[in-house]
Amino acid sequence: MQALLAQLLVGLINGSFYALLSLGLAVIFGMLNIINFAHGAVYMMGAFCAYFLLNVMGIGYWPALIVAPIAVGIFGMILERTMIQWLAGLDHLYGLLLTFGLALIIQGVFQNYFGSSGLPYAIPPELQGGMNLGFMFLPIYRGWVVVCSLVVCFATWYLIERTSLGANLRAATENPTLVRAFGINVPRMITLTYGLGVGLAALAGVLSAPINQVRPQMGADLIIVVFAVVVIGGMGSIMGSIITGFALGVVEGLTKYFYPEASNTVVFVLMVLVLLVKPSGLTGRTT
Amino acid sequence: MRHKASAILLGAALAISASGAAFAQDKTVKIGVLTDNSGLYADLGGPGSTVAAQMAVEDSGLTGKGWTIDVISADHQNKPDIGATIARQWIDVEKVDVLMDVLNSGVALAVNNVVREKNSLMINSGAATSDLTGKQCSPNTVHWTYDTYMLANSTGRALVKAGGDTWFFITADYAFGQALERDTTAVVVANGGKVIGDVKHPLNTADFSSFLLQAQASKAKIIGMANAGGDTTNTIKQAAEFGIVAGGQKLAGLLLFLTDVHSLGLPVAQGLNLSSTFYWDANDQTRAFAKRFSARMKTKAMPTMVQAGVYAGLLHYFKALQALGGNPHDGTKVADKMKEIPTDDVLFGKGKIEANGRAIHPAYLFEVKKPSESKGPWDYYKLVGTTPADQAFRPVSESNCPLVKK
Repeated sequence: MQALLAQLLVGLINGSFYALLSLGLAVIFGMLNIINFAHGAVYMMGAFCAYFLLNVMGIGYWPALIVAPIAVGIFGMILERTMIQWLAGLDHLYGLLLTFGLALIIQGVFQNYFGSSGLPYAIPPELQGGMNLGFMFLPIYRGWVVVCSLVVCFATWYLIERTSLGANLRAATENPTLVRAFGINVPRMITLTYGLGVGLAALAGVLSAPINQVRPQMGADLIIVVFAVVVIGGMGSIMGSIITGFALGVVEGLTKYFYPEASNTVVFVLMVLVLLVKPSGLTGRTT
Repeated sequence: MRHKASAILLGAALAISASGAAFAQDKTVKIGVLTDNSGLYADLGGPGSTVAAQMAVEDSGLTGKGWTIDVISADHQNKPDIGATIARQWIDVEKVDVLMDVLNSGVALAVNNVVREKNSLMINSGAATSDLTGKQCSPNTVHWTYDTYMLANSTGRALVKAGGDTWFFITADYAFGQALERDTTAVVVANGGKVIGDVKHPLNTADFSSFLLQAQASKAKIIGMANAGGDTTNTIKQAAEFGIVAGGQKLAGLLLFLTDVHSLGLPVAQGLNLSSTFYWDANDQTRAFAKRFSARMKTKAMPTMVQAGVYAGLLHYFKALQALGGNPHDGTKVADKMKEIPTDDVLFGKGKIEANGRAIHPAYLFEVKKPSESKGPWDYYKLVGTTPADQAFRPVSESNCPLVKK
């Protein structure tokens, strides 16, 4: 029983990464209709950015939580302005292919210069150590990751679903011409949204740097799972992707306990089952 | 009738000697470095293995003696089917004479069959499985640098003797991890220890916390990591986070490379024991090699034992070719010659290649230095013990290789 509780908690921790990443994907898909395959690459860039901030400029973990997502977000906005915006209105496939190509290029460049085995990034001193919960030893840092990602997820959901800015944004995706007639700069809004999604991925990258090695492949290993999360949750559904992210983390954690060999595939088995029963995903709107 | 028969015999003899003369003067060699150029093992082999192969070509001095030697490289992506396909194409179309490195045990075992079927040659440096010179041994394969038997024998025995008599394994779920767990279990049991549990994880896993919790709950004194590369570094890093070492359990990196230690950083890696057959900072010759190697690497990394093995293995291959007077393009013939000549190079020292294809040389047990003991970048290991060549690897008498006559 104790072991089971521990696995549930560990699953929740991993789920918070899935939730943060799939949230960004859902925002980008929901607002821009782009299947952003570069998401894993920008997640990796977030982690590398934190590494450089620390080792080149002496900027520690806490400022990096703000600086890295902004820096990578700006990079994302440049990508959107120079490349992705030209695909607006075209089939999803084009966006997917473009961002997939970008992801390969970005990863290739990092791999070429930094090798594959990665760079170390230490847990900040304030969050080192752990506490004994009775059923498991919980590293304080992992607890922080769960709290941080819950807060960010909620804030993003609130921004898009409950504020006037979010309402404009949602309206702009439904009918850009009409929204533009109200004097709202739709292209700039789209660019900022892409930057926000990318920034969320970069934030997840910074959060994961002390746990995982900062490696060029770290995003590529994760991105397929995250896509499965988004598909299961319903493409473009913000709340769906948050809840599914956490839930799948837990399911995966339990699989690692009961039958570890299947832990890499269980998410896809679930995806197939969900798609067979409900093709639009658990909370997806049918269009 | 008699005249006719002797004419045929004479003709045949002439033909044989003519073809013999033809290959004796054939001084072209094509070398294929088949490795993981982009995945989790790319730093310990990968592009560095190609650099090592090119350095071996230059240092052999053969190009100055009229030899034409080409080095090509490909990425097998850690997939046995892709590795086997590239090997076939290289041998059939590109006329590659020798396949170097071939890290990843799964890929190596697949390529092993291809090389044997086509009478080519593989000098394996990167794969760990001891099956390559055990039940799957082949007259066309030389296994150069290390194997699971040597790792188990060196690290495993040292740890059991130091009091680590209960073990829990975290094992990569493919040919390599399974072989390493099997060989280490044998050593642990033979030395009076006990294995109380194991967990098998898929290759290339990012999060090990579930597995570490199980290892922690087992209360085993030693947690043996039968995995490699990025999998091992993530296990070690996350074990520190979960307070495993602080809680009194000891981690055993059964296969840990220099690049893994570099990637972890000394604060996390300090105190780990590991076995290796090569360390760049061992003596003046290894330092000189490492310096030249590092200067050619984009990442400025020092060579791992896998890359050193590519260099040394290839130099020995060239010695065999010279002894044969040219390239016969015949894998078994070259392998036999390599086994005939004793091995002796600046990186691995004196040794030999056994009948089952196992190259033997001394093995070293290292401990990773504390940050305060390290004098500079890549100064990571201190020597704990040396196992002489004749004891470091599995004795031929214990090998279940069909090539070895008992």
